[in-house]
Amino acid sequence: MTEPFVTRGFVGRRDQEDSGGISGDERGRRTPPGQYLTNDFPVLSAGPTPRTPLDRWAFRIEGLVSHPLEWSWSEFLALPAREWVVDISCVTKWTHLDMRWKGVSLDTLFENVELEPSAAFVIAWSDGGYTTNLPLADVLNNQAFVAFEYDGRPLAPEHGGPARLVVPARYFWKSAKWVRGLRIQDRDEPGFWESLGYHNRGDQWLEERYSGD
Amino acid sequence: MDERIAEMRDDPAVDLTVDGNAIGGMLATMFGVDVTGSPGQCAHCHTVSVVGTMRVYMRGPGVVVRCPACAQVVMRIVKTPTGTYLDVSGASFVRIAR
Amino acid sequence: MAALGAAAPSTAGPATRAIDWQLATVTATRDETPTVRSFTLGLPGWTGHRAGQHLDLRLTAADGYSVERSYSIASEPERAGEVDITVERIEGGEVSPFLHEVVVPGDRLEVRGPIGGYFVWGASLGGPLLLVAGGSGVVPLMAMARHRARAGMTIPTRLLFSSRGFDEIIYREELERLAAAGDGFEVIHTLTRQQPAGWTGYGRRIDESMLAEVLEPLGASTRAYACGPTALVEVAANALVRLGLPPDRIRTERFGPTGT
Repeated sequence: MTEPFVTRGFVGRRDQEDSGGISGDERGRRTPPGQYLTNDFPVLSAGPTPRTPLDRWAFRIEGLVSHPLEWSWSEFLALPAREWVVDISCVTKWTHLDMRWKGVSLDTLFENVELEPSAAFVIAWSDGGYTTNLPLADVLNNQAFVAFEYDGRPLAPEHGGPARLVVPARYFWKSAKWVRGLRIQDRDEPGFWESLGYHNRGDQWLEERYSGD
Repeated sequence: MDERIAEMRDDPAVDLTVDGNAIGGMLATMFGVDVTGSPGQCAHCHTVSVVGTMRVYMRGPGVVVRCPACAQVVMRIVKTPTGTYLDVSGASFVRIAR
Repeated sequence: MAALGAAAPSTAGPATRAIDWQLATVTATRDETPTVRSFTLGLPGWTGHRAGQHLDLRLTAADGYSVERSYSIASEPERAGEVDITVERIEGGEVSPFLHEVVVPGDRLEVRGPIGGYFVWGASLGGPLLLVAGGSGVVPLMAMARHRARAGMTIPTRLLFSSRGFDEIIYREELERLAAAGDGFEVIHTLTRQQPAGWTGYGRRIDESMLAEVLEPLGASTRAYACGPTALVEVAANALVRLGLPPDRIRTERFGPTGT
């Protein structure tokens, strides 16, 4: 193949100015390889935005558990929640530092169920049919939470509200919007994007964007 | 068109969909011809619709093409640095004109 | 995301296929409004297009990073060897600010096209014709209006064009000229945010009663094309069906949620 044509003067995305008083050095250290910094919260979507009424919303944990559990919306809000301030990186190359959420740790949810000894993988599933897969070990010990507030406000539908999974140590497609449940399995099962070329694990610090590349 | 999709300000009132027409160039590179005027059948509800009228969601890790009648996934496309993944399992057929 | 592994760009002969990237030379630019600029692209290998089609444009940085965007073709098919695109500058965008701030005549850009076999119009499809545009959604419809005028067609045609304000009407003077030609082309404006003193046109978003009034003189056999922000296109398409147009005579092009 010949050398690619280069467009005169085009450099692509540049980092946005910091608005939060973080030094340039620190911003650099907190930006994973190949990412640019943004202050925006881009909306990414694979389908229509679901509008499940809250009185019909429920969150389930099922699969390799002693008995499946289900929380209604009001029961879910009554669970111990906390504030999380985390850096988020999307595989579409934006990184947003210090995003502030409120939500329930997956540890808190798992306190209420007994996992079978063979439990090893979590399949998060959402309204609209989206799925994503994670090893159980990657979501325990406060590595993941179900968020229902962002920046002090109820999580907006286009950002995954009423509730979304957030897994800050992985590319953002693992943070399933409109999450409705977790299925615990002994076998891994690639999710919506993992089954079509995206990396099964998706660690942004290792730049695990695509499988096999 | 595309520029608006990729660069718009958030607008919660509207779903982030465009018409199949918007990915005509990408599909032409894969199929060798422009298929935006070609009919395709949804494998879920069996509705036949022109590819150019299918609903496309392209603000994400990949491109998702959905049936305009039932909103189920008809096609998925992911471009990686070394190749393109194409999933057409949601389509019974796409008829490409000779 | 990197571009597809396409063939090397070509500036050669007429055999260039629509799916190949080719090199265009910017030969002229023209400001249409304070935020909208047209670019004339010289394309020696252009195979010709139909009114309503678009092209893909690819920008590549020295480090290999590249982005692609689609732009509707604004010019009529009768112009050989060159096309116009009309680009609205989107603040915070990656491509449109570059095109507005950096690109000048003499620059070269990679393009692929023409693309689109659905949102197209030509004499064989006939009319009467209703064109419904929101903001820069007017661009592919302008190609149809220019094609219609250039080919000497007299098919009754009405353009209902929604803009935010008077100064934001894209192609305003040229549309006035086309409407003044007396060949059956009319423009009906609506200004959604600000209307100048003495404005007698519509002053609200496009709705069903407005479409009913604009459609009425054209009749039930009208062929309709709607292009603009998704919300506007949805409103227009649904209303036109309720007003009695067969769905297969309504063609739409949604370009996302921004706009008027």
